[in-house]
Amino acid sequence: MADKILMKGNEALAEAAIMAGCRHYFGYPITPQTEVAAYMAKRMPKIGGCFLQAESEIAAINMCIGAAAAGKRAMTSSSSPGISLKSEGISYMAGCDLPALIVNVQRGGPGLGGIQPSQSDYFQATRGGGHGDYHLLVLAPSSVQEMADLVATGFDLAEKYRMPCMLLADGTMGQMMEPVELKERQEAPVEKPWALTGTEGKRKPNIINSLALEPQELEKWNEERFKRYDIVRENEQMSQSYCMEDAEICVVAFGIAARVSQNAVDMARAKGIKAGMIRPITLWPFPEKALKAAAQQCKAFVSVELNMGQMIEDVRLAIECSRPVSLCCRTGGMIPSPDEVLAAIERAAEGGK
Amino acid sequence: MIVFEKPKALTDAPLHYCPGCTHGIIHRLVAEAIDSLDIAGRTIGVASVGCSVFAYNYFNVDMVQAAHGRAPAVATGVKRADPSKIVFTYQGDGDLASIGTAETVHAAARGENITIIFVNNAIYGMTGGQMAPTSLPGQVTQTSPYGRDVNTVGYPVRICELLATLDGTGYVERVAVNNVKNVRNAKKAIEKAFRRQVEGKGFSLIEVVSTCPTNWGKTPQGALEWLEENMIPYYPLGVYKDKYAEEAAK
Amino acid sequence: MSTTQVLIAGFGGQGILFAGKFLAYAGLLQGRNVSWLPSYGPEMRGGTANCSVILSDTQVGSPIVGRPDILIAMNLPSLDKYESEAPAGASIFVDSSLVARKVQRTDVNVYYIPATQISNEKGYQTLANMILMGHVIAKTGVIPKEMIAPAMKKVVSARHADLLDKNIEAVQLGIDY
Repeated sequence: MADKILMKGNEALAEAAIMAGCRHYFGYPITPQTEVAAYMAKRMPKIGGCFLQAESEIAAINMCIGAAAAGKRAMTSSSSPGISLKSEGISYMAGCDLPALIVNVQRGGPGLGGIQPSQSDYFQATRGGGHGDYHLLVLAPSSVQEMADLVATGFDLAEKYRMPCMLLADGTMGQMMEPVELKERQEAPVEKPWALTGTEGKRKPNIINSLALEPQELEKWNEERFKRYDIVRENEQMSQSYCMEDAEICVVAFGIAARVSQNAVDMARAKGIKAGMIRPITLWPFPEKALKAAAQQCKAFVSVELNMGQMIEDVRLAIECSRPVSLCCRTGGMIPSPDEVLAAIERAAEGGK
Repeated sequence: MIVFEKPKALTDAPLHYCPGCTHGIIHRLVAEAIDSLDIAGRTIGVASVGCSVFAYNYFNVDMVQAAHGRAPAVATGVKRADPSKIVFTYQGDGDLASIGTAETVHAAARGENITIIFVNNAIYGMTGGQMAPTSLPGQVTQTSPYGRDVNTVGYPVRICELLATLDGTGYVERVAVNNVKNVRNAKKAIEKAFRRQVEGKGFSLIEVVSTCPTNWGKTPQGALEWLEENMIPYYPLGVYKDKYAEEAAK
Repeated sequence: MSTTQVLIAGFGGQGILFAGKFLAYAGLLQGRNVSWLPSYGPEMRGGTANCSVILSDTQVGSPIVGRPDILIAMNLPSLDKYESEAPAGASIFVDSSLVARKVQRTDVNVYYIPATQISNEKGYQTLANMILMGHVIAKTGVIPKEMIAPAMKKVVSARHADLLDKNIEAVQLGIDY
């Protein structure tokens, strides 16, 4: 405990990125993630790293593409409207099989929306967001400690599978302070024989490209990529269970919604309702295995989200609609209270929806 | 004895460009500059979207293909990843002067130490001949079938003149490859742009006024004549900014 | 008490977030679980600002304080907004130099302290927040007094080290009031 310091989520993740070996950050100011850029601006010049404030979110993601193509651990961060702008670049990144970390500290939408916390970019993150057949690794921290820890995990997974990784946070995760222990990550550097480092006259040129005008070729590329996605789905699902041993009602929530739901589960337990929670840490791959197992013992599921109901579709798919799934949600920057979640748990326990 | 050889910085892949298109000449000039500076082993190229999208197949160096207009941002990332590398983009007019205007202007404003080869043929070639930001007033294209009407769609963008106003810009010159004399000048300019980068002297852009016989609806020879008579008067050749020459002169 | 939920609310510029950070650090130094969540956005520039702090002996669930055990109101809009949210038995602290009205609830403990006035009289200008914190510590024991100095050292940046003693003095003024 003594080693822990209080840090804002945004700052913890920025420092964690540096500790994970990231030396190339490209960003653009937008609330509520601006502290990430400010932190990088302060730190990077002192450690020989590169902080660059791009002219737009579009430029920032493309600068990431350049640095990632050159084999570096590159990162950008933004909030919802900025992620929409980056979506083109994210699609190219996926199409080029480039690893990089993209942070989305979500705020309410659509459009300019608001600046308060939201999870309404769930579809955008888990379905890809840009054009084309692809997925991102999507990690959802629910504490400042995880804002830090999942950064290195994200970089490692991104490089292992040559996929862009998105850290899907929200305004509360970015703005809140909690004790955090920053751990030096001893990464085993991943070989990147594909990187653009100059041929030095010793090898054939490396080409990083997402264009294939021959449909047979593009189909093959996509199929190969999806074989990799299958491996990710099999091996990388992460979730945390809370009070699930004997749970009859299973709350599914991530990020700030999981924090609120934890209180609600405690309150339900105090009332004698056997409630539990599965908190997805990976949103893609979605923790289907944990949910499928929960469907064996639980009679109903409650999806708690800061949107109009997006993850609920994945919950239903994961349990193959074998149990009723109800929705408890607030949107536009509002956060459900523990009482609201408790009421949803009680309704589910009574067999209602 | 002078022996005619293909530059080493070009691969053996046959070019896909239309007959009479000047991309081939410009590719060659870029490759000759890379050879002459002996930098192929540490050069990384950024291909753009447009007719030159396949540039990654033609240059015998590491290449990355960028989204439409984003090549200067991608090049920025590559250069910042390792400033010892020589990084160039190869972009057309739609890519650089329309959808990628912001990336172009800001890479120049930052004085990013990269080289941009900007091929201006006043039309969108790859998509089949639509109006470009550099299409001339009155020019007939698929999307300006009655001729570019400046009252409704505005005026062409002169990139060299525009970038010359920025303090960050190191060297910008407009050249053409429509005759032997101009090709020689273009060769010098392109080599100088790369040399400036090697010397760490910041942002350079060479605009090459070019032809598109297919979409202009002209023969190769007719296209060269049209370029001489119409393009060059609107896009005068010459050096628009040479920060270091100006400083040296002082 | 295993968990204390504190809500500090007032105008931007009153040191709301700083006071919360001080409290959170004091909890952290005791080895407790803590969270600190600020309001953010344009409201920070002249409008209302608030800060949720939770100190707990168990894992902190929601970092949002909806029902404050301790409410510190540094302006009238904050009291208007949050008075009804406090659970029965809660403690409400009011800067009476800025809030003219009395707390209407009768099922809570109420403490009035003219923190801003005291701060001005002492020539501190902006330490009403810390005077209030001192009063809160004295009346609720939310953190032990021996944590004041170590926590303050954590939150007063090295750049403003000269303010360390003044902040601690301000806390003491609140304790002694």
